[in-house]
Amino acid sequence: MNADVQLSLKAEDAAIGPVRAMIAVFARDVRVAFRQRQDLLNPLLFFTMVVTLFPLGVSPEVAFLKQSGAGILWVAALLSVLLSLDHLFRHDFDDGTLEQLMLQPQPLFLLVLAKTMAHWMLTGLPLVLLTPVLGLMLHLDGNSVATLCLTLLIGTPVLSLVGAIGAALTLGLRSAGVLLSLLIIPLYIPVLIFGTGTVAAAAEGSPVAGYLALMGAFLFLALTLAPFAAAAALRISLSNS
Amino acid sequence: MPEPLLQAVSLECERDSRLLFQNLSFSILPGTVTRVEGPNGSGKTTLLRILAGLNDAWSGELHWCGKPREQNRESYLRNMLYLGHRPGIKPLLTPLENLRALMAGRRPVSDEVLLQALAGTGLSGFEHVACRNLSAGQQRRVALARLLIADEPLWLLDEVFTAIDAAGVEAIEALLQQRAAEGGAVIVTTHHDLQLPGMKFITLGAGENDEC
Repeated sequence: MNADVQLSLKAEDAAIGPVRAMIAVFARDVRVAFRQRQDLLNPLLFFTMVVTLFPLGVSPEVAFLKQSGAGILWVAALLSVLLSLDHLFRHDFDDGTLEQLMLQPQPLFLLVLAKTMAHWMLTGLPLVLLTPVLGLMLHLDGNSVATLCLTLLIGTPVLSLVGAIGAALTLGLRSAGVLLSLLIIPLYIPVLIFGTGTVAAAAEGSPVAGYLALMGAFLFLALTLAPFAAAAALRISLSNS
Repeated sequence: MPEPLLQAVSLECERDSRLLFQNLSFSILPGTVTRVEGPNGSGKTTLLRILAGLNDAWSGELHWCGKPREQNRESYLRNMLYLGHRPGIKPLLTPLENLRALMAGRRPVSDEVLLQALAGTGLSGFEHVACRNLSAGQQRRVALARLLIADEPLWLLDEVFTAIDAAGVEAIEALLQQRAAEGGAVIVTTHHDLQLPGMKFITLGAGENDEC
């Protein structure tokens, strides 16, 4: 019975490193997203709508908008990301590619990190890029807009990363939307508070370095811990399916 | 006696407070095709998902080449190919892109090899058509193309004959036998009447569980 020797256990020399596997996952997600562009536009459209409706619904006064503009933009961005989260793993779960992803001989948390980075690039980053236009519409001055963009640039990856945990946990459920929001919004609140706090501090002319450092700390905390939690949550969700 | 590739010792699994199987032990030797039998709902898919490592809600022991599977998970995953109910095919990608994505984390495979595999499953001419425009059987064939390029010794195939035509079924049966002859091992669930020489059985759902 030597026939199996050549066949089995050829695997000790890792043929493909985790970084290349991550790049492949990232590239695949981006490619799939660009084949379905209306899904890419949804969060952007929602973001723009919420922000334009505020002056119409509450008050078009310059003073009001100057004061609350940053908060409006942050809340709108947070909700747009939240709306897009359900798609993060759902399609892959339904068509079975998630199973195959989990069976790749790679550390699962790295693959989850790659998926989350793709999610951020396709939802969070476009929101950041759209913010200057909408900020000017809300009469924010140049300094505030710049600070706001910076906080969103640091904050939206946190939203994607933390959201991935919730999306993974609620994957097996039929109506996951409400539970996902309940799980995730409390974790988003600190990011929101410090995000808008930074802009408020900038508008007053006080130093923002401390705020930004804390935002950065959130980002690195999420980067290091969230992929592990999301990977564990995926294992549990797949176990029950 | 060759060393078993995969060995299960008193597996037990409960699902929705219903005992699917308990005290289930078996060894999968190299060079064998094993069929998991049982009526609908007897836990065939669950057993395969447990063996694949997708389902963690079980107790008992699983050994891969004599060592506990959990301790060398990556080596196990690299040597195991699982095809489930859901084919693992992205409808928006083409067959070639899908295969590339499936192989991406496993080992480097050139496009020529992938194209050859697709041609081997009767998909030549469809390499660059989005999978959602293919029929259900053709989509399954995309997933099955992996069997043609697989170097993994252990195959776990769940309902592999679904939506496949008669010629395709024959080709798959030949592939299973060939893998066994090469010293690999195949575990398969199917409602199709699969008869291969020397086939082993694991029977679920009949109260008593056979050992094999």
